Amino acid sequence: MSLTSVPKPISGPSSYLDDRIGAGNFLKRNLRKVFPDHWSFLLGEIALYSFIVLLLTGTFLTFFFKPSMEHVIYDGSYDALKGVGMSAAYASTLEISFDVRGGLLMRQMHHWAALLFIAGMMVHMLRVFFTGAYRKPRELNWIIGVIMLSLALFEGLTGYSLPDDLLSGAGLRITEGVAISLPLVGTWITFFLFGGEYPGEDIIARFYSLHILLIPGVLLALISAHMILMWVQKHTQMPGKGRTNNNVVGAPFYPAFMAKAGAYFMFTFGVIALLGTFAQINPIWLFGPYTPADISAGSQPDYYMGFLEGSLRLMPAWEINVLGFTLPLSVIIPALVPLGIVMTGLALYPFIEQWVTGDRREHHVADRPRNNPHRTAIGMAGITFYGLLWLLGANDEISWTFHVSLNWTTYVGRVLVFVGPVITYIVTYRICLGLQRSDAAVIGHGVESGVIKRLPHGEYIEVHVPPAEDIEAHMRGKEPIPVVSGADTEPNGIPPKGLRGPIGKLKAKMSKAYGGEKIPLDDGHGHGPAHDDAGEHAAVGATDDKSITH
Amino acid sequence: MNRITARRRHPLARYAVLLLALGLLGFSYTLVAPTGERADAAIASGRADDVAEGKKLFQQSCASCHGLSAEGIEGRGPTLVGVGAAAVDFQVSSGRMPLATLTAQAPRKKPAPWVNEDTIRQLGAYVQSLGGGPTVPAAEQVDPAKGNKAKGGELFRANCIQCHNFVGAGGALTQGKYAPELTEATPTQIYEAMITGPQAMPVFNDSIITPEQKRDMIAYVIGLQHEPNPGGAGLGRIGPVTEGLVLWVVGISLLVLAAIWITAKKRQAQ
Repeated sequence: MSLTSVPKPISGPSSYLDDRIGAGNFLKRNLRKVFPDHWSFLLGEIALYSFIVLLLTGTFLTFFFKPSMEHVIYDGSYDALKGVGMSAAYASTLEISFDVRGGLLMRQMHHWAALLFIAGMMVHMLRVFFTGAYRKPRELNWIIGVIMLSLALFEGLTGYSLPDDLLSGAGLRITEGVAISLPLVGTWITFFLFGGEYPGEDIIARFYSLHILLIPGVLLALISAHMILMWVQKHTQMPGKGRTNNNVVGAPFYPAFMAKAGAYFMFTFGVIALLGTFAQINPIWLFGPYTPADISAGSQPDYYMGFLEGSLRLMPAWEINVLGFTLPLSVIIPALVPLGIVMTGLALYPFIEQWVTGDRREHHVADRPRNNPHRTAIGMAGITFYGLLWLLGANDEISWTFHVSLNWTTYVGRVLVFVGPVITYIVTYRICLGLQRSDAAVIGHGVESGVIKRLPHGEYIEVHVPPAEDIEAHMRGKEPIPVVSGADTEPNGIPPKGLRGPIGKLKAKMSKAYGGEKIPLDDGHGHGPAHDDAGEHAAVGATDDKSITH
Repeated sequence: MNRITARRRHPLARYAVLLLALGLLGFSYTLVAPTGERADAAIASGRADDVAEGKKLFQQSCASCHGLSAEGIEGRGPTLVGVGAAAVDFQVSSGRMPLATLTAQAPRKKPAPWVNEDTIRQLGAYVQSLGGGPTVPAAEQVDPAKGNKAKGGELFRANCIQCHNFVGAGGALTQGKYAPELTEATPTQIYEAMITGPQAMPVFNDSIITPEQKRDMIAYVIGLQHEPNPGGAGLGRIGPVTEGLVLWVVGISLLVLAAIWITAKKRQAQ
């Protein structure tokens, strides 16, 4: 048998299938799909693979978990809770942890995978944001991503509440507090959600349906849509040699990318298994069963809800009382405003940017973060805002660990949460410009070669050489950010339609600030290193004092 | 002489001088400073009764803040009339008293060198003689083996965890005060803390929590101290804060490194 012919056991079934479902053509087209290579393009896969682990471990857990708030007396193998009254949900979680073979490992892997799932989404989203990969034609996929992130938070909340332990009960109580604080409909919504007075006897079963059926189902559909859109629109690529808006440079799906993706799945699975084995997570047996009367010091939600916890802790105790009705601003503002700023801001950013720059072109080459300084600065300011709230959600642990006054963490936090993002914005903006200047310097002067040369008249210079070809191509991938046409009309000139009136003037102003070329790559150096005399430049300071002490 | 002067401008010379001066100061202090030797000698000979010896100890180590006859000094230390021997035993055996520095709260530390069972008993006897108060519990009252862990756990969750946390990991209170962790507390200290209410802690007297219930709670806390973590590293057992930290520092870092490694190998053009 020659190596070129396909063996019968393979060719037979293959052509049988191909004749009936016509897969051959489809596969031929898609197996050679080209994927660009950059480490940050794999970050989204963390979320994808974590989701698979979640489905597997979650299915295992459903075999043993009882989503019921029926009151039982515990009689399992955990000594410190023997004879204690609790819900069937909590008792079955104890059973999974101590009496089901492999149960604790599965629980821990499920929880670690859940944390990793959301962290993966976050880092992936930040990568997409900072490289501008959400731009046309990918705005819809970006929106799908934002919806998935919001759903994942809700999926996390429902899952975290299922064991009905004292820690998650605190989170459930806050959820109830937020629901009941809504004006007009609050009471009704709370009674609807909990089937009566809090905590009632329904919430665990209801969260269970949401957690294992509805939300994962919607997530699965959205993940599929996300992947199909990515496949159809092709992946963006980083700027580089031979990479244009009209091609994709990379490795084909089969075999190269498939092998890498498969390996990365193994890595993700491995990290989850490692954490699940060696790091204890959510030890609900230590927390005890939920009773609304008890609450513990150091009660925190899982990290992805930390920013909501932080905003709740920072908020002053404001409320408005009108005609016998109370509007508890101290609950409703921290629950809805930061979440609204972050999620709405993310969802709308592509469209706001389009409005400001007037850029309606398709983009398939990603931006380097430095090359759009305002976007990068806005993103970093957002991270700071989110991060500070997140950090201060743990202000009691910070106070406890570092021996600082709890009150002061709150006072400082209240100021920082407004000042921090502004400072970050300014600093990031300047750093971006600085990095652009350094690029311009490399393009204009070349890179230091480390070779010091002495000229006939005694001056020492360091020889500069042109940058490597691929690095130069990477840098030259920079494009000026578009500005809406007519934004730079003279003060006395007549601006074009659409830039008149207060909103139009604001748009013109923002567009001018946001767009344009801040630091041109060939700024004032009409000569590249290639045309320069041997690419030689004076060593720093040499022209001033001719010293060689440095 | 020349050899020494040559080195006096050495960058490390000033530190050497500083170290020497500090050493001299410390050494001379130990020679002059009062010690507890006299009291120890009296105890060893078994002559003195506890109240009198306790008074001596008190005047030596406690009176500077609590006053010569334990009447208290405004702004430094409260009166100890009526706090009882249990309070003395708790504060001194856990190293909280004598205080090292005046902070928001006295931290648990290694007890002073003169502290031992006898000196604590004597101090306690003296303070008890001033105005009564709760006494040190008997060994049988605090025996964890005689308590019911599960019942104690319920009481612990209802009464203690607001400040001390589910697992007795401790927690922050207002203005730099805190509820200490219970990882090192002994059964007697736990009992005494409940009946005397040290620092920011409220008193849980016998009509709120009966002595039997106290023993159950002690059984639970001591059980927690010895309980292994079946799920791996405990991460301080404080829940989501350290878990989130581990996720980002370990989990995400490992996966980012893996991503960099996987994509580092570029496909060569043919």
